[in-house]
Amino acid sequence: MSELRSLGAAARYLSREECEAIAKQALGYVTVPGARVNIGSGSRGNTRFAVNQVSTGGDSFDTTVTVTAFVGSDADGWRSASSTTNQVDEAGLRQAVETAERLAKLAPVDPEFMPELEPQQYQPAQNWSEATAALDPMGRAEAVRAITAPATQGGLVSTGYLDTRAGANAVANSRGLFAYARSTAAVLTTTVRTADGTGSGWAGASHHDWNRIDAPALGARAAEKARASRNPVAIEPGRYTVVFEPTAVGNLVQFIGNALNARAADEGRSFFSKPGGKNKIGDKVVDERVTIVSDPFDPEVAGSPFTGEGLPTRRTTWIENGVVKTLNYDRYWARKQGVSPTASGGSLRMSGGSSSMEEMIAGTQRGLLVTRFWYLRPVDQRTILYTGLTRDGTFLIENGKITRAVKNLRFNDSPVFMLNNLEALGTPVRVSASEDGGPGQAVMVPPIKVRDFNFTSLSDAV
Amino acid sequence: MGTTRREFVRTTSAAAAALTGLAAVPSTARAALAAADGPAPSPADPDIRALAHLALDAARTAGASYADIRINRNRTQSLFTRERRVQGLVDNETMGFGIRALVNGAWGFAASREITRDEVARVARQAALQAKANSLTIVRPVVLAPVTPTPDGTWRTPIEIDPFTVAVEGKVALLLDANAAALKAGARFVNSSMFFLREEKTFASTDGSFIVQTIYRTQPSMTMTAVSKDGTDFQTRQANDIAPMGKGFEHVRDAHLVENAPRWADEAVQKLSARPVDVGRYDLVLHPSHLWLTVHESVAHPTELDRALGYEANYAGTSFVAPPAAVLGKLQFGSKLMNIRGDRSQPGSLSAVGWDDEGVKPESFDIIRNGLFVDYQTTREQAPYLADYYKRAGKPVRSHGCSYAQTWADVQFQRMPNVSLLPGTKEQGWDDLIAATDRGIAIIGDGSFSIDQQRYNAQFGGQLFYEIKGGRIVGMLKDVAYQMRTPEFWGSLDMIGGPKSYQLGGAFNDGKGQPSQVNAVSHGCVPSRFRNVNVINTGRKA
Repeated sequence: MSELRSLGAAARYLSREECEAIAKQALGYVTVPGARVNIGSGSRGNTRFAVNQVSTGGDSFDTTVTVTAFVGSDADGWRSASSTTNQVDEAGLRQAVETAERLAKLAPVDPEFMPELEPQQYQPAQNWSEATAALDPMGRAEAVRAITAPATQGGLVSTGYLDTRAGANAVANSRGLFAYARSTAAVLTTTVRTADGTGSGWAGASHHDWNRIDAPALGARAAEKARASRNPVAIEPGRYTVVFEPTAVGNLVQFIGNALNARAADEGRSFFSKPGGKNKIGDKVVDERVTIVSDPFDPEVAGSPFTGEGLPTRRTTWIENGVVKTLNYDRYWARKQGVSPTASGGSLRMSGGSSSMEEMIAGTQRGLLVTRFWYLRPVDQRTILYTGLTRDGTFLIENGKITRAVKNLRFNDSPVFMLNNLEALGTPVRVSASEDGGPGQAVMVPPIKVRDFNFTSLSDAV
Repeated sequence: MGTTRREFVRTTSAAAAALTGLAAVPSTARAALAAADGPAPSPADPDIRALAHLALDAARTAGASYADIRINRNRTQSLFTRERRVQGLVDNETMGFGIRALVNGAWGFAASREITRDEVARVARQAALQAKANSLTIVRPVVLAPVTPTPDGTWRTPIEIDPFTVAVEGKVALLLDANAAALKAGARFVNSSMFFLREEKTFASTDGSFIVQTIYRTQPSMTMTAVSKDGTDFQTRQANDIAPMGKGFEHVRDAHLVENAPRWADEAVQKLSARPVDVGRYDLVLHPSHLWLTVHESVAHPTELDRALGYEANYAGTSFVAPPAAVLGKLQFGSKLMNIRGDRSQPGSLSAVGWDDEGVKPESFDIIRNGLFVDYQTTREQAPYLADYYKRAGKPVRSHGCSYAQTWADVQFQRMPNVSLLPGTKEQGWDDLIAATDRGIAIIGDGSFSIDQQRYNAQFGGQLFYEIKGGRIVGMLKDVAYQMRTPEFWGSLDMIGGPKSYQLGGAFNDGKGQPSQVNAVSHGCVPSRFRNVNVINTGRKA
């Protein structure tokens, strides 16, 4: 095994000094008045498993450099274009600079041009983990075996995915700005099915720190759900009281985050629009127990310390006690509207309450328990209305107890309506809320209980 | 032009490596690939061939019973505009290689952007060692269906105009002119874009194949938004009747964006005053610009063999078309009018290639014949699972050529080819189907779409909805979506367009796999009528 272990050597990515050298070199080739260089570099490792064995895996290393060239003057207006390459030698960098400059000269004047930022101060990133960076194919295979072996023993069929990333990002520009940060990400998800195909259960976790992900526990949880969800019965679609597990909440609340664009709101084409070119900042839009923030320096849901333009990120409160506090302003729209640009770092954390899942179930006369959602797609941007289906663990609650598995259901509803119909909230936890099982956005949300959630049809899918 | 350019790159790259402290020792092969806008690498290029052999030898030495290498250079260009402004003008080039190795019946895969001799040998060993680690859990070892090796293959998408040779000013002007035409016709907002891809890939395997292909894909698109005068409503019209295609710049030219923009804008405005649909059951007349997506989601995905076998259960899902032994030649998927074929050869289609990503020359194959399910989409690893069925049917155990990886950094796996609904024998079209319908809804363009993980229950929106009464269109509807259960829906197909009404729709970014990879496929379709489908109203008050 020592041969296999030796593969594990630390993840490859560019150091601060290497990024500085590349940025300096690329900026040195620039012949136009302004330029920005974005560098991304890192290693990705993944192991897939299906039918209780590893099916594929992959390890890759890449570095990409994007050069954005700015041509013009304040008097005549500015033009810009970008070129990306993953060949970071002199020829590759020269060519990227030349291409960006050539395209920028051909672009029309940009009426929304924003000058590059001066050098900025950044807080240190909170999302690097040595354990994640050091996880090698052998370590991944062992984690997978902690799920597949018990599944095999229990006569179940396990499938899943483990994905780790370790890398660095940097931004530099011709005004002397330079930013650099390392980050890691890890996610493990598993779907365990019964051998007869009538039951399916899911569990997953995501964190920048691999040590925070408990593979055997995830496998056991998915197996338990698979067994409990066997032979589901049909129920009438309609409006139900629902206890949502945190993953299901994360699946839906992310869409509120995506809809926070200030410009779309001000232009009259968003849920956050109001007639007369106004927006809903200051309006109460959801239950007063709901507060949603992005905090790049919260170690539980850390994000990047800077944006792609090099703007330092900071804690941003989107909704506080149910009231919209701010929307997402890019630098141009912020200047036009006379506010500060938003730089939230991209993570999402929702406030919770003191109810446990058990209490929520115990207090439900008739309702449903939903583990997670699938194939979520927007139906109507005016109301953030989405459709999608429950999956891998949907149960009926009767008289305060989970009584049986039910068939999956399609819903047509909005996370905004959902957060207006809140009955109870639990303790927020980090979830794996991306549909494809990648690391996705860092999301921390509570389990919740909601009334009148709108299910519109039944599915035979297990 | 090769040598001088190569010499230049080789020298300067070494200097750059020394400068940055990166361990890059460029080989001549890497330099050959790096020729900026030069011709694609040729299978005759001894450097590329030597590099490929080095990789395959290193993998074999490390214990691989089979190995393949893909050396890719993908170039993309995207232009994005809104109203009178260019929002983005981006050129992207990524180059690297990926090596797949089979050891003890398990796969390993490793990839790197550094196309050097040392790195290729290191990555080949890494792939083989990863395969060894993965083999610790192997229950059923991978067996590959036979393939006829192609020692010197070349293929190129037949295009008229290489999009990368067309001046950017012209592209920008075209988009801004189209935007102006839309604004003049009543759109409040308009977004337009063009996206071009050139994928150059060299494939070599221990089976003796060596194949070089150059593939082009082009996508022009526009979205119009209309806002009501009182600011209480907005409606969009995506011009997705212009499908992405496996063509060159001629596809943009032939899309006539400037000429069509006023119509699309007017349709967005009309949607503001369209009547909200009454919920209920209707006969649906579906245009090919809409139906392609329903075919994609409800027919093409569930007939992927990896899904049926449970390999995608953790993300894309499994399939109701399973288990194979119970459904092959037995499952009545839809009405007798339904004939579905897989291919990678239709001219202009997104999936067209000479060989797939494991060196298999694809052939057309029937998936559904007269409504009966007869075959799955397969790769070399998957075809042997169907050996018994193929033997009984008198067919060879052979991959259908459905292997694809989105870039050098991703492992290849089963991806759908073009999956098309074949025309009926009677020459009839859109207008004939409407004229034959007493009470129904005609739908044009694809919209919101969602389907469960076994592909039973789906919900589809669209771009334009028209009410049909007494064989005539009587007005526009809005907030329409239909919900369906796949076998019932396809069983209700009772009228189908003829050969002249056939056209290609397509998905540029179909996601599957973990890590999720995108695939581009076309779906040929004809206008079709489905009876008594459940329609819901998606409009709600904020």
